[in-house]
Amino acid sequence: MALNPDYAGRVYPPAGPFPVTREEIAAFADAVGSTVAAHRDPEAARALGYADVVAPPTFAVRIAQQCEAQLVTDPGAGIDFARVVHGDESFVHHRPVVAGDVLTGVLHVDRMREAGGHGMVTTRVELSDADGAPVTTVTSTIVVRGES
Amino acid sequence: MSATTDPAALTRTVTVDRARLVAYADASGDQNPIHQDAEVARSVGLEDVIAHGMWTMGAALDAVTAYAGGDPGRVLSCATRFTGMVVVPEGETVEVQVEGAVKKVDEEAGTETVELTVTCGGQKVLGRCQAVVRV
Repeated sequence: MALNPDYAGRVYPPAGPFPVTREEIAAFADAVGSTVAAHRDPEAARALGYADVVAPPTFAVRIAQQCEAQLVTDPGAGIDFARVVHGDESFVHHRPVVAGDVLTGVLHVDRMREAGGHGMVTTRVELSDADGAPVTTVTSTIVVRGES
Repeated sequence: MSATTDPAALTRTVTVDRARLVAYADASGDQNPIHQDAEVARSVGLEDVIAHGMWTMGAALDAVTAYAGGDPGRVLSCATRFTGMVVVPEGETVEVQVEGAVKKVDEEAGTETVELTVTCGGQKVLGRCQAVVRV
């Protein structure tokens, strides 16, 4: 199965809304072994000036990957999920994600190509809040390992 | 809370086992079976179950949040390449080493760029792992 290069340049309709809860933030912080109180303790977060607990720097991947699923699970795109490994990832935080946020994400397929027998897919998810203000830009490259 | 930055926070050892990968799969929503099922992992040519690259990045970046006085909002951006795999055999606890250093100071912007070196078993698993922190 080969990647479909025609998907490059695609922009998907907004996905979501994704409400962000304290429980999700705490579970993510626990799973990455975080030591930071502001991910779990609303008082600690308020002491830093936030309305509620604040997400870890990579938490937005939870929402971004749900947006990326629109592409990854599309049979027409030609991505074999079991052969996918992660190439790179970046987050630009326009503001931190806080419990109580309701986010939507717009998926952009920035690049889709074959290289050295592997597929390389670069996506960008622009997350925004309920007011439409930008929250986080999540850029991800996945490698679909070839069947060598 | 003052904007203190403690370089000691950038050095730590984090551990991962199969249970932690299940917890991360649930917390992140990434249920790719190569992070939970050795048979599936081997069927696609991997040595064994591997940690989510994003687990490793998340575990490493916590050191940066700690460095930024425990204020997640001071981590303005972060990025990495996934250059190696953290193999997590059944019944074992695997150690990942995180070491960070300030690579750049931008006094005008009031930011620092922190670079993390993240290794497992002496092998680098993250490449160009950097974060920009508001100081």
